[in-house]
Order: sequence, then C-alpha cells, then structure tokens
Amino acid sequence: MKYEAKPLPPVDLPELRQVGKPLRRVDALGKATGATVYAGDFTMPNMLHAQVFRGSWPSARIRRLDVSRARALDGVACVLTAKDLPGGRLATDMPGQTGQKQRKGSQAPVLASDRVRFVGEPIALVAAETLDVAERALELIEIEYEPLPGVYDPLEAMKPGAPVVYEPDNIVASWKIRNGDVEAGFSEADVIVENTFTMPFIDHAYLEPEAGVAWMDDQNVINIRVCTQVVEHFRSIAAAVGVPHNRVHVRGTMIGGGFGGKEDITVEIFLALLAQATRRPVKLVYTREESLLAHSKRHPFIITHRTGVKTDGRITAAEIEMVSDAGAYPYLSPYVLLYATVTACGPYRVHNLKVDSVSVATNNPFTSAFRGFGGAQAAVAYEQQMDEIAKALAMDPLEFRKMNYLETGNRNAIGQKIESTVWLEEEATRALAALGEKTPDDGPLKVGRGFATTMQSYGRIMWFHDTARSWVGIEQDGSVVVRCGAPDLGAGQVNSLCQISSEALGVSLADVTVYNSDSALTPLAGTTTATRQLYMSGNATLKAARMVRAALVERAAQHFEVAPEEIDLADRRAFVRSDPDTSLPLADLAKMCAADGIKLQHLALFTAPFTAPLDPENLRGDLFPDFTFSAHAVEVAVDTETGEITLLKSVGCHDVGRAINPTAVEGQIQGGSAQGIGWALMEEVQIEEGVMQTPSLAEYLIPTAKDLPQTEAIILESGSGVGPFGAKGIGEPALTPAAPAVANAVADAIGVRIHELPITPERVLAALETLGGREQ
Amino acid sequence: MQPKIVSLNVNGREHHVALAPNVTLLQALRDLSYTDVKNGCEKGDCGACAVLLDGKAVNSCLVLAWQAEGAEIVTNAGLGTMDNPHPLQEAFADSGAAQCGYCTPGMIVAAKALLDRNLNPAEEEIREALSGNLCRCTGYGQIVEAVQMAAERMQEGER
Repeated sequence: MKYEAKPLPPVDLPELRQVGKPLRRVDALGKATGATVYAGDFTMPNMLHAQVFRGSWPSARIRRLDVSRARALDGVACVLTAKDLPGGRLATDMPGQTGQKQRKGSQAPVLASDRVRFVGEPIALVAAETLDVAERALELIEIEYEPLPGVYDPLEAMKPGAPVVYEPDNIVASWKIRNGDVEAGFSEADVIVENTFTMPFIDHAYLEPEAGVAWMDDQNVINIRVCTQVVEHFRSIAAAVGVPHNRVHVRGTMIGGGFGGKEDITVEIFLALLAQATRRPVKLVYTREESLLAHSKRHPFIITHRTGVKTDGRITAAEIEMVSDAGAYPYLSPYVLLYATVTACGPYRVHNLKVDSVSVATNNPFTSAFRGFGGAQAAVAYEQQMDEIAKALAMDPLEFRKMNYLETGNRNAIGQKIESTVWLEEEATRALAALGEKTPDDGPLKVGRGFATTMQSYGRIMWFHDTARSWVGIEQDGSVVVRCGAPDLGAGQVNSLCQISSEALGVSLADVTVYNSDSALTPLAGTTTATRQLYMSGNATLKAARMVRAALVERAAQHFEVAPEEIDLADRRAFVRSDPDTSLPLADLAKMCAADGIKLQHLALFTAPFTAPLDPENLRGDLFPDFTFSAHAVEVAVDTETGEITLLKSVGCHDVGRAINPTAVEGQIQGGSAQGIGWALMEEVQIEEGVMQTPSLAEYLIPTAKDLPQTEAIILESGSGVGPFGAKGIGEPALTPAAPAVANAVADAIGVRIHELPITPERVLAALETLGGREQ
Repeated sequence: MQPKIVSLNVNGREHHVALAPNVTLLQALRDLSYTDVKNGCEKGDCGACAVLLDGKAVNSCLVLAWQAEGAEIVTNAGLGTMDNPHPLQEAFADSGAAQCGYCTPGMIVAAKALLDRNLNPAEEEIREALSGNLCRCTGYGQIVEAVQMAAERMQEGER
C-alpha cells in the first residue's frame, strides 16, 4: 500500500530569533574538545578512595560479617557496615509528593544487615588511601551466608507458597481500569484477538559509570559532586545519613548519560557516610561491571491483550493484563506500572476497557526508571496487537488504526481529555512515505516494513504536585545569567534554557551563562526525568526572563517616551518597533535601571497542574499534563537462513509542539529510536536464578555504528504543547514507537509473529520452523 | 615487579612517572590529569578511552603504560582546544554529535585516525571505523554527519 501524507492544517507559529533555530549547543564545543569535566574527573587534596562490598547471593541470610581484618589493613581509613549507620533507608522518590503509601520495610536499606535479596546488594563500605588498598580491603572482609529459597519469575512469585522477598507478599503495586461494559463489548465483537507479549530486563548502558566525590566542609555541610538526574535527593541523603536537610549540598555535574538509571540514588549516600566518618574527601567510581550490578534495570513485562473488533475495524472491547518484575526492591516500580497501565490500550478509543496490572517482587536485580517508563513497554504490546488485529481482519494496519485513533478532545483510557493536537495519522503517513520505494526480497533475504504510533506523557504524574524554579538576571554589560537547578543529562537541557532566555531578552546564546544542577546554589527545578525539564524549567525560565524583559521594556519606553508595546529587544539592544534606529544598548538600559533601583533579577516558580491521587482500584481522572504523539517506521531485511535481521531504513516522525532547537530534537529522535531498536533486536540482561550472565559490555550488547542505518527525523510542530512556545516533550517519546515498529516489520517480513523481545536470530529461526511445520 | 620511571610523551609534553608494570595507559593518562581520556569499561568494549599511539587509534585501557614508552601519544585534547578546535571537534559541535559527550573524545580520536588515512570516506567506512566506539545517546547519525562535515572542510583546506 502506498502511503501519502496529507497536508497539515495551518499552524500559526511566529518566527522567532533564537527559538526554533538549529544553533550550536552551548555545551557542544566543551564536550568536543574534552574540556567538559565529569564527576569521575574530580580529585581533591587528601582524598580517599572508596569501594563497596557487595553480596554474592540472590537470597540469603548473612550469618556472620567480620570486617576487622579489612579495618586493620595499612592504609584503610574506614570500613562501615549496617551496624555503623543511623538506620536510614534509601528513599528514592521526592518526599511528600508521591501520595502512594509505602509498604513498611520495603525500601532498600543503604547497607544490608541480616538479609540480602539480590546479587550485588551493598553490605559494607571501605575508604582507603589508594584504590589499590581499598580493593585489597574488600578481599579481607569475611562473610558467611545461609542461602534462602529465592524466587526469580514474577508469575511464580505470585503463587501461594512462593518465597516472600519481603513481607507481607510479593505484590509491590497494582492498578486497575474499569471502563464501560467489557462483556457487552466482547459480545458485540465479530473477531476476538488474543496475544501475550514479553520483554526482557535491559540496561541503560550509559557510557559514564556512576561516580562522585564528597567532602565535609568547615560548616559541617556534606558536599557531594556527583552525576545525577536528581540533585533534590539531598533530602533523602540527609535523612539516610542523619543530618538536617541543609547540611547536604549536591553539586550535580554534566552527566555522561542517564536514561533513568541515574534517577535513583547511586553513590551519594555511600560517599556522604564515608566523608562524614573520615572528615576527608572521598571518591567513588564504579567500574562497568559494578555499574551493571548496582543500578536499576528496565522492567521486564508480560502483557496479554484480548481485543474484540467489528469486521469494519472498530474496537468494541479490550481486556489487558500486565505483570512487571520489580526485582528485589520496589524503587519506582509502582509508577512505572502506572504509566504502563494508563497507556495500556495505546492512543486508541476503547470505550469498554478492563486493565489489571501488577508489579511483583523477585530476587532479580531491582528495576526502576528507564526512558519510556512503562509507557514504552505498554507500546511494545499494544502496537504489535494492533498489527495482529489488522492481520486477522485482513485490513491495512494504518487503515485499521485510523478507525480507532484518539483525536483532540477525546478522553483517554482513564477519562483524561486530550487537549493538545493529535496528529497520529499524519505522523504515520509521513514516516511510511519517507521509507520510499520498498527494497525487493533477495533470495533468502525477506524484506518487511512496520510502523508504530504511540502516546507518551511528558511532565510528571500530576498528583506529585510538580514545581520548578528559575532565576534570570541581566548584568550591567547586557550579559545574562540563568540559575536553575535542572541537571543536564546531555540532551541539551542547559542549552534549551539558554535559547529560551536569549529569545526573551534579545541577546545571543553566547551572551547567556547558565548555572545549573546545584541543590544549594541554584533554585530547585526538580528532576531531569519524565521528559519534564523543557516543560517545567523551560516554562519557569521563560517566566523569569519575561519578568526581566518587562522591567527593561518599561524603562526603555520611558526613555524613548513611547508606549511599552512599542519596545522590542534584539541584538543586545532595545529599540522602538516602528523606528528601529531609535535604540540603545541593553548595557546602557541595564545601567539606567540600576541607577533607578529597578530590579533586573527575577525568580519565577512554575507549577504543573495539581491533582489528587487516583483510585488504584479504578483509575479515573487527569494524570499527566499532556502527551506527545509519535510514529516510527522501519524497513528490515531478515535472512531466513541465518535468522539475522538487518535494519535497512528507519524514520521517526513526532509532533514536538515547537522545536526549541531542531538539531537537538533530531538527536533525541535518532538516539531514542536507536535505544528502541537495540531493545527490539539485541539487548537483554540475562539473569539465571538471580545471577547476571551479561556482566560487561562484551556480553551486554548495545547497537554500534554498524548496526543502525541513518534514522530520518521528521519534526512536526503543532504549537499545541504546554511547554514554552507551545513545545511538547521529546526525550522519552523518541524511544517509545521504535521497538514495536521493528517487531512489526520482522513479522511482516517473515509472516509470523515473534512475541518476545529481543527478536534474536535464534527466535527468528524457531519461528520460521513453526511456520514451515504449519505449511506442511 | 617494582615500579620504574617511564617517559610518556603526551600531546607533545614529556612526562616522567614512576609506574608499576600493571598500570594501564588509561590509568596513567588520567592520573596525569588527561581527563579527556574517558573510562567507560576498562576492557576494550566501549572505545571511550581511545588515544592515538603513533597515529594509530588504540583503546588505552588495553595498553600498559610501560608499552607506550617512547611512543607519541595524542589524546582528543591534544588535537585542539576550545580556542583553537580541530575541524573534527568543530564539526562534532556543529552537527549535534555530542549529546552527553562522554564518548566524544574517543569517538573523535577514532575519526581522526580514519581521516588521516582516508580524507574522503564513504558512510560505511565511517561506520566501520567508529564501530569500536559505543555511543548511547545519538544513534550515531549526527556523529557520522560530523565526520563527513569535517572531512569536507579539511579537504577544502580549512586547516
């Protein structure tokens, strides 16, 4: 079928001077020349080196722990065990924001005392004069375990009599949606399609392993320089260490990739404890192997769809069950599951809908945030299901979806009205059309195409009552300072704030300095997670910059004796719109304001809409600020003799509302989809009886430059987002449609569906065998 | 074995340091404050620690510091600076090829070794030359474009 994109409805997007331009990011040259300093690059005088002693059993009682020989080793400054701690636990969320009750004792302890629940659980901390001595000290720690029965499969863990990871049972969280009359919907259906889809543990595999340096200063403040997505963990760190909140100062560095894996606390508490105990600077850098053991994984999900449809393609009912593996401690599992639940049926109108989801504790590595945060797992299932339904109805997959797509003004699965533009059909047709002429089959090489259309929220769950602050000021030479606590993950968060404030104040990017990611010195701006920073800190920065602009404009209007509406700011000057030669430099204007005592520094607070928590027994109401709607299309060649899959073409099409920096948006689309493609085809953290079989990047494979084609990014701008200048978020949405698009393309190529990710050559050959068997 | 004094020539500077035989070039360079050489895996899987050793791109985690004695070692920071960037560094900045930036120094070193032997590489040759360097942010698209852009600019004789 030939897909042709219809023209988009006209959108009135004013031409801007900085925003919307593919400018070189302000952080680009420092990174390209190696001048950017990362957390692991810092050293301090008199600094100690830390190591973490980790458990080697997935489920065991610690019968004896003796660190005396390690403590006695020459050059060891300190060894800490659970006995030495104030008993703090590792809270991983923003205190006071979550609303969901915490299960008693289910939060991970900072150090295990009597029981370990996964391989790699931290048990003791060492600080020594050199890394070498610290490593030798680990070898001197004596430990005896009493192995306990473990449980490694979430379905087994739900059964009566299964080993309980922590009391009272293994159910970490559950959510339900009950919408319409599902039984009536199914009885109305002409065809019922049922499928179960699974997806594995995967790792963020950011290039920068976790690292940090901490020290106590002369005010007894514990300073922690660390790569983190959340500087506001300072509160949890303080609680765990047993000091007031104002005695922990997190100084976030530029982050060498995070993708959700640096959203939970990593090295911070260990460093704080050791710096406090030794009163010396302490550095802790994970090796790649330790990083893979120590941080969270993407949740494996088992998702079953049962969908009723009419022969004309209308969906009459859907029943969806989801099970996720939470691993040994909950971390963000309840919320990952919530995201999955709410988008379980995808961007489709399903009036009769029943969703039951559950997250289950096991003795596997713990699972938490990963780009896409449950919404991506839901999409892997619903977009494959949509293709399977289209196949059962012998309909074109896009024609079938078009019968059911949500539209602006419709309500989603939980009754939240979609206020922003929905261009799913427009995105899908553009992505498919961009694939061009189909590559012909070549002997055993079968070529297939697939696409996926998805919805992914941006901004946090609204019952978290999310806020962000930003401070903008103009100096007396016309240069601009922004102070905003937003950590920069590498996606261009700082640069966005630069482009936004330079737009508002009529200066260039080079005129702006941004200070960010500091829990004490920059106004708190919340987490760099949930695709929220452009929306939250972008809006806060725009608000603050506009306050500064208003003061400048008013003073200039007074100076030129015109109305304030007559004044504009550009090229570091204030000028009269009708007579641009009547102008003065911002530097002069700023000096005039200073002489008159006019405030040119403003702190702005941006608040997302606040809502109350929804009923877990039947989710109903508004949950997210907005959604980004996306499409991705790919062409693959499958070698039916070897099972090998080659990606030939890849196109992502996303309505980003307004692209603040199109080059950066393109980078998100290309990079996000690359992660989705890796998930679909090659990535899997293999766990056997709780033990990781892929302990390094030699076993845990991510895509290389040779595994991927050039992904074409098609950027649409509806201007309908709730971010600054009508922007929507793109960080997570970039990933979400890629994996199901690949799965659909493989099914198209070989004529049989592989229900498990990753779609490896072995699985392709096994699937072809069943097909061959059927044909005989 | 005891440490010995090793002479390392890095970015044109001569260093004399006492190093045990098991110290990798990666560790030695980072201890000498060449922090643009990144540690991503210490096993040769990721390429973040790549440097030029007598013009050849190597993973410095797989070379012992003793073995690098007498060789000319060039790190990414030795190719150019913020004030005077190498065309590759300029092109990486211009094309959005650095997102988190952690793989970037190693990536540029690998690209430099490629352009030194072939200033007109095809896309496939670029992808082959960079296939030992992992990037988790970009999907490699803008990195490939950056190498093409740098090659074109270098052919035009910008530098």
